[in-house]
Amino acid sequence: MSTTTKKQNYSLFGIVPITPTIIKYIIGVIVFALAMGVSWLIHFLKINQATDFPINFSSPVTNGIDDFVDYLVINYSWMFDWVSDQIKILVGKIRDFLIWVPWPVTILAITFIGWKVATRNVGIGSCIALLLLASFNLWESAMITIAIMSIAVLLSVSIGIPVGILAASNNRFESILKPILDGMQTMPSFVYLIPGIMFFGLGNVAAILATVLYAIPPCIRLTNLGIRQVDIAVVEAGTAFGSNTMQLLTKVQIPMAIPTIMAGINQTVMMALAMVTIAAMVGAGGLGADVLLAMGQLEQGDAVISGLGIVVLAIVIDRISQGYINNRNQTTSIE
Amino acid sequence: MSNIEIMNLWKVFGNNPEIVFEPDNINKSRSEIQDEFNQVVALRNVNLSINPGETFVVMGLSGSGKSTLVRALIRLIAPTSGSILINDQDILQYNTQELENFRRHTVAMVFQHFGLFPHRTVLENAAYGLEVQKIDEETRNAKAMEVLDLVGLSGWESSYPSELSGGMQQRVGIARALAVDPEILLMDEPFSGLDPLIRRQMRIELKKLQQTIKKTIVFITHDLDEAITVGDRIAIMRDGEVTQIGSPEEIVTNPANSFVEEFTFDIPKTRVTSVSNIMIEPTSKDFDRRYMVTPESLVEDMIPLVLETGDPIPVVDSKDELVGIVPQEKILELVALSARQEYSQ
Repeated sequence: MSTTTKKQNYSLFGIVPITPTIIKYIIGVIVFALAMGVSWLIHFLKINQATDFPINFSSPVTNGIDDFVDYLVINYSWMFDWVSDQIKILVGKIRDFLIWVPWPVTILAITFIGWKVATRNVGIGSCIALLLLASFNLWESAMITIAIMSIAVLLSVSIGIPVGILAASNNRFESILKPILDGMQTMPSFVYLIPGIMFFGLGNVAAILATVLYAIPPCIRLTNLGIRQVDIAVVEAGTAFGSNTMQLLTKVQIPMAIPTIMAGINQTVMMALAMVTIAAMVGAGGLGADVLLAMGQLEQGDAVISGLGIVVLAIVIDRISQGYINNRNQTTSIE
Repeated sequence: MSNIEIMNLWKVFGNNPEIVFEPDNINKSRSEIQDEFNQVVALRNVNLSINPGETFVVMGLSGSGKSTLVRALIRLIAPTSGSILINDQDILQYNTQELENFRRHTVAMVFQHFGLFPHRTVLENAAYGLEVQKIDEETRNAKAMEVLDLVGLSGWESSYPSELSGGMQQRVGIARALAVDPEILLMDEPFSGLDPLIRRQMRIELKKLQQTIKKTIVFITHDLDEAITVGDRIAIMRDGEVTQIGSPEEIVTNPANSFVEEFTFDIPKTRVTSVSNIMIEPTSKDFDRRYMVTPESLVEDMIPLVLETGDPIPVVDSKDELVGIVPQEKILELVALSARQEYSQ
């Protein structure tokens, strides 16, 4: 009690009581004032070493990277070309197929899938959303976006899940992987466009590479997490009955991690959709390209409509996949 | 010939277990070692031999090392030193392949928290051990159905574990262990997660089940009552050491030290004393067939008979020969002793 009465005696201007928090703020203000004072002094005295950094590593490093990329592109161009061709053909085929299927068939199919794997409302909602897309003349662009996205998701998942499983079974690998994934997830999404252009030039292939890089971390992370958080008592039971590592993985750990892995795939899909849109800047077609084109030509109306089209598409995909995950978790009774 | 022979088994948890075995430290107490070196001695020089077909109970409080011991028997933890001979082979020397085979065929475990696979049906759970052995689906399902029937779970085979009550889940656990037809059944506090009523029922059922399956059972519990009900022999553990091994009767009537005595305090002597221990020479050859008992039965079972007849109770062995009689004073003596225990609490 005595200390509190004592504190009340000291105050700023008779109104602000001096508490530890107030003291921290005052110190902060003093430090800021000092920093500003020193900066002003440096400019006033014209100390050049302090205004321009005295050392510059930039050009040797960038030259080194240039040379390395040139080396790769010149010597391994056959490989990049081959990969590029295969992906281009695949994207083209999927796109052509999606456009070839008449819109009523697609809409009915999606409505049915939404209804069956999620709920009736998701089915009806998807139907309305797709009708809207079609009625604003965004159908073809949406199909192109889906074609690029599905290739990217396919690649992400088929690389991400094995890597996640490996990370779950090997602590050292996980400890190397974690900072890399952290780095990948903190990087601004535009940065991912760079390696694509470097190796594959402008176009859908660069967009897919960027999308895979951008969308793969949640898939790896949640696969790893899902397997690691399987109840240790259950894993022990599996071991006690003489399962080998592979049996434990395929019969116990992966099946029990499926809900988490599914959540990872869902995130990967959503991130892939976001990236495919941004990747319009390196020449990917689809809704993103529509937005970019409209913005460039100052057609605000078109830009807004195409942008909303992306949102609608995202909602449809998210609702259906979330609904699928929820339903699945209920029917398999995993607590 | 014993089925399981545990010799000089030690388990030290910590980053430097070797330090415990240095001549200066080997006799130090568990708490001294923990304070000085930050190593935890979970098992200290455990020696046990467990006979084929017997239900051997390891009893102790939490932290006594009983769970560590049973886990060592299936190598879910690796002991620091010593050996465990099962069918004359040291399981601690097994390589991965041998260990897998050992776990698949020789031994099966029932867990305290059941450890059932939530994504598998009751049938798939029970068949897991056989599935791991790569036995074809038809055979393993047939075997699984058989053991589910044995534990009273027919009709539940397509349910998921989460749809079952705790007692039923543990029956699945037991069925899963029995399905592989192991020589040895390890049960790590299998009933302690269940309601008291279910727990009692499960003990009685296990006892009955054991009469049909006749496995070597190593049963871990912290409950002396449970130990006495299910166990042929009991080992009492404290601070990683075995303090006493004996039949329930020996433990209750002749506790090795004050620690065991305290445990056994509220167990009525009538529950563990067999008739053969208090019977006296028969005075005549005639006996009343309505009230006879066997030498192996417990004094407790005789009490209702005493209430019906005033005469001494005849004891008749399996060859239908009169081997002794129990006068009422003898029974009263034991009952009084048990009653005094209860009042003095």
